[in-house]
Amino acid sequence: MTDSKYFTTNKKGEIFELKAELNNEKKEKRKEAVKKVIAAMTVGKDVSSLFPDVVNCMQTDNLELKKLVYLYLMNYAKSQPDMAIMAVNSFVKDCEDPNPLIRALAVRTMGCIRVDKITEYLCEPLRKCLKDEDPYVRKTAAVCVAKLHDINAQMVEDQGFLDSLRDLIADSNPMVVANAVAALSEISESHPNSNLLDLNPQNINKLLTALNECTEWGQIFILDCLSNYNPKDEREAQSICERVTPRLSHANSAVVLSAVKVLMKFLELLPKDSDYYNMLLKKLSPPLVTLLSGEPEVQYVALRNINLIVQKRPEILKQEIKVFFVKYNDPIYVKLEKLDIMIRLASQANIAQVLAELKEYATEVDVDFVRKAVRAIGRCAIKVEQSAERCVSTLLDLIQTKVNYVVQEAIVVIRDIFRKYPNKYESIIATLCENLDSLDEPDARAAMIWIVGEYAERIDNADELLESFLEGFHDESTQVQLTLLTAIVKLFLKKPSETQELVQQVLSLATQDSDNPDLRDRGYIYWRLLSTDPVTAKEVVLSEKPLISEETDLIEPTLLDELICHIGSLASVYHKPPSAFVEGSHGVHRKHLPVHIDTGESPVSGGPAAAMDQPHVIPSQGDLLGDLLNLDLGPPVNVPQVSSMQMGAVDLLGGGLDSLVSLHAHSTAPVNYIYVGQNFIPSSVPSTFAPSPTPAPQAASSGLNDLFELSTGMAITTGGYAAPKAVWLPAVKAKGLEISGTFSRRQGHMYMDMTFTNKALQHMADFAIQFNKNSFGVIPTSPLPIHTPLMPNQSIDISLPLNTIGPVMKMDPLNNLQVAVKNSIDVFYFSVLIPLNIFFVEDGKMERQVFLATWKDIPNENELQYQIKDCHLNAGCNCVPCLFPQLSLKCRAPEVSQYVYQMYDSVLKN
Amino acid sequence: MSASAIFVLDLKGKVLICRNYKGDVDMAEIDHFIPLLMQQEEEGMICPVITRGTVHFMWIKHSNLYLVATTNKNSNASLVYSFLYKLVEVFTEYFKELEEESIQDNFVVVYELLDELMDFGFPQTTDSKILQEYITQEGTKLEVTKTKVPTTVTNAVSWRSEGIKYKKNEVFIDVIESINVLVNANGSVMSSDIVGSIKLKTMLSGMPELRLGLNDRVLFSLTGRDKGKTVMMEDVKFHQCVRLSRFDSDRTISFIPPDGESELMSYRINTHVKPLIWIESVIEKFSHSRVEIMVKAKGQFKKQSVANNVEIRVPVPSDADSPKFKTSTGSAKYVPEKDLVLWTIKSFPGGKEFLMRAHFGLPSVEKDELEVFFLMSIDFFVRYMKIIEKSGYQALPWVRYITQSGDYQLRTNA
Repeated sequence: MTDSKYFTTNKKGEIFELKAELNNEKKEKRKEAVKKVIAAMTVGKDVSSLFPDVVNCMQTDNLELKKLVYLYLMNYAKSQPDMAIMAVNSFVKDCEDPNPLIRALAVRTMGCIRVDKITEYLCEPLRKCLKDEDPYVRKTAAVCVAKLHDINAQMVEDQGFLDSLRDLIADSNPMVVANAVAALSEISESHPNSNLLDLNPQNINKLLTALNECTEWGQIFILDCLSNYNPKDEREAQSICERVTPRLSHANSAVVLSAVKVLMKFLELLPKDSDYYNMLLKKLSPPLVTLLSGEPEVQYVALRNINLIVQKRPEILKQEIKVFFVKYNDPIYVKLEKLDIMIRLASQANIAQVLAELKEYATEVDVDFVRKAVRAIGRCAIKVEQSAERCVSTLLDLIQTKVNYVVQEAIVVIRDIFRKYPNKYESIIATLCENLDSLDEPDARAAMIWIVGEYAERIDNADELLESFLEGFHDESTQVQLTLLTAIVKLFLKKPSETQELVQQVLSLATQDSDNPDLRDRGYIYWRLLSTDPVTAKEVVLSEKPLISEETDLIEPTLLDELICHIGSLASVYHKPPSAFVEGSHGVHRKHLPVHIDTGESPVSGGPAAAMDQPHVIPSQGDLLGDLLNLDLGPPVNVPQVSSMQMGAVDLLGGGLDSLVSLHAHSTAPVNYIYVGQNFIPSSVPSTFAPSPTPAPQAASSGLNDLFELSTGMAITTGGYAAPKAVWLPAVKAKGLEISGTFSRRQGHMYMDMTFTNKALQHMADFAIQFNKNSFGVIPTSPLPIHTPLMPNQSIDISLPLNTIGPVMKMDPLNNLQVAVKNSIDVFYFSVLIPLNIFFVEDGKMERQVFLATWKDIPNENELQYQIKDCHLNAGCNCVPCLFPQLSLKCRAPEVSQYVYQMYDSVLKN
Repeated sequence: MSASAIFVLDLKGKVLICRNYKGDVDMAEIDHFIPLLMQQEEEGMICPVITRGTVHFMWIKHSNLYLVATTNKNSNASLVYSFLYKLVEVFTEYFKELEEESIQDNFVVVYELLDELMDFGFPQTTDSKILQEYITQEGTKLEVTKTKVPTTVTNAVSWRSEGIKYKKNEVFIDVIESINVLVNANGSVMSSDIVGSIKLKTMLSGMPELRLGLNDRVLFSLTGRDKGKTVMMEDVKFHQCVRLSRFDSDRTISFIPPDGESELMSYRINTHVKPLIWIESVIEKFSHSRVEIMVKAKGQFKKQSVANNVEIRVPVPSDADSPKFKTSTGSAKYVPEKDLVLWTIKSFPGGKEFLMRAHFGLPSVEKDELEVFFLMSIDFFVRYMKIIEKSGYQALPWVRYITQSGDYQLRTNA
């Protein structure tokens, strides 16, 4: 007899009947009745009205019946919160049952009843269960803490359950450890303290020990948790890697991917030339390949992640391109991913094989796959220059097949090949033209028209070809219309005599008969250009265009790094930032790849100082910037939002912020950090940085005296030191907009000096700039002074005045400034480090007494001393201070010292 | 972390059974799953993850069921798919077949299992043998006898119970290999590898410690021995029971086996094999509506050997009709639901050549790939199996080598 009989009950008075059965005297009858209730619940009938009757059955020694009643409770307690209280006593009693199965069942179910009133009663039983003698109960109780936290976080904290969970990490039973780790990881996702687990070397060791003994799922929890740990040095990183590597042989693919994640992250910390590093790279490849023999869904997740790994570390799989060859019975999503990875791995060494494969795929049945294969051939041509010729001939072969969508796709990629290698393969144009009639997709039509226009001088009947498109001008898509307009103008400029009529026709179609503003504008531009000065028009329209770049679809590096930290997760499957998913109440803690610091150098110069020269581009995909994105990108509004923001920041910084804020405050504020040049060359006076500090030979005897006098002498110089402009936003990251810049201080004001260069093919307009909240409250005081559109290849130098009345938020590093620039094309994000000297006020001079008093006032532990290396100022001088210059800094906010030193260092070196 | 809820749906999208683990995704969201899937299918862009708003569906299909996990967090996707497949495995062990009927017939046990397999989105005990010790299909039995948790559930050895007894202690080892080859139209082998697995049937008492010795090249070079033929295993995957760190340090495969049948390990060997059966095909179009496919198969292995049960599958377009076949040996039939012609040859001696002709009425032949299923020999062998148990009984290991049909694809020119 099977359970299916429970699904067939007579409709009439069903609930009433069930009620009677539930209250039957016989145990067996009651059990049957509960089963019927559950069956009804399963098929979606509302049986909540039976709540009291079902709860009455809870007191039973029949485990199966108890489970069913609990199941019922989980489903309906939320809708009947008052009645759910009735069940509490039974729960509490069950938590003390001699049978551990029942104790665990009770604590597990109680956590699933998301009724506030019940949770209070849960605390005591839970506390006992967390210390239960049976590991089965303890492991269930550990998860229950996470459940409870989800319902009432405050209570979990007040009751000290987080500490109990942390204690469980040292439990003797591996499964208890694993569940405690899982629960803590889950909680920390929605907890302000992301390091709930208190990952220290000792705890890490416990986890690594448990890793060898717990279930496959427990191994995943532990590995995922390990990947959040930042080892203090390469030795620790290596020893963790050594103990994680065996997991690569686990049969469960999720264990393998989680292990890969840990290893990929810690690889960053290992020195690139070490044997271990190279061995680890070799070890990563076979398990990744084996993932491809799993179930298709597992393969898909693996492939999406391999796609990331290949971009981050191409060397791991460069020999394995064959495993990505497509099988005819692969599901389409596997095929497309394999194809993508093949192109990423394509190189001169394997291009012949890859092309042979792609050609094969282009004759498959699946249209989407075929299209992608044809596109891939084009990408190969653009990526591997040596293969371009072979790719073109392959594409020509494909065009000969006359299969409609193959031809169209081929023409689109051939256009891009022309743009990459101009004047090389034009001989094939004739073949392309033969297929003109079969093109019915806008992409392909536009591509063909572009080719005809671009090479009009070599196509005898170019005018006829273009004219044929013109007939149905208004039925074409905008893309085709625009291309056609441009193509005919090009043709006219090349062969003015024969095509005057044609150009007239297209201009009038575009300007008079069309209501598409873009098309009309472009039409008028051409018209005016042509009518004003045909020579200039020729120069403008037919000028040489920059070549297109190689790899276009790479994931932006900071996003890539973040995704590497999330290997195996949905984010890595979608290639979307983790913040795109629903977050815990405190937001997602962003994960970063650790940075390898070469121990050979001094930590200061190796770390942030080096980073100073390399602004990094912030990915455009994400809401990574949070606040920055929420701000309107219109002209900045200078309403100081300081007050509330500073309040928030004070919490973060503690007392330190006072001095931080006053550091940039205007003259009225006291300068709280102090520089003392006991042995310091006085010529480079701290408060103002002369562009070319003059050596002061008499300073050999040095001391405070000179320091002070000198500063008097030079105090009010007109210009501060400014570093040469560096590229902040490379053109490839910003659709052709390049921004380079520097910061300077002139006449007591701060400026951001920037050069905007348009390296795209279209003009840019509507520039605006906005800063994210930052440590010093820096905001622009005026809108970006770019009022005219920026033409292709044009540059403009601008100076953006800044002040420090904006909202404050502590950044890491402290002087990090995140900037958004908008133009007519898109919004771009980048971040730069502000050199601290621009915040130094000119009137920082202090009376000696005041200075000494202030110096004493700051605790000694805040004093930091730095050696100034490679200082060439006083090359001729042999006095002790010049040979061993040293800088002593005392600062109320010690974290600032490092940046002040860096800035000194860079000023001196320049 | 992983799933918010798990659903089992029939093909129409009706929820057969479900379990809400976290309560952070509306259970009604599942109603959107099948329409979205249908839409993807229509567009030909089917994908194992489907998104609707903030909800993500991760799904697999098994016979006439969909198993779907929902989440709105950045879950560990690989864990979810592993878990869904584990679910299939556990249900299959419990009910023999996992299908609509078996879910309904056993809904009480299914609920119990769902409760035990996952807690708040964290997978828990998923070993069906252990689960069967305390979740049985005959609920009545539970009442008196099983009143405690098997210690195995939380033990470090979570896959074997204590106190197992056999009169005769035996262990059967099956080495099962299949070869996967992809051959290009011009006859060159694009890729080939052998995927093997070792399956155990353990009938041993107590808690035996086993050690398995293979002709593993890495091990031999480690120990400096070189006794005859060795194989280079490209990658090895082990059952939970094998001590991975031990294998990592000295290549010893040591373990306490699960009782009964289990897959101990799987491995992959990259070898350059020449296709054992060579296929050539010619497609002739007589007119727009009639086509003849001729397939020639030649055995390229030793004359003395015989390949049994060779199946050659010729994919044909879905609109093919009125098929006619002629074969020199074996039989051919048209399998319209899979769009292929299946040519079966019961016994295929080495060096022989066979022909098959198929006539079709159809509008077009787009593409033609062939799949051949056949047998081959093994280089890989088991050197020893040591069995140590406290009680010191004598146990017999039996080893058997089997080759199974692999995935053998030959591309041909259309």
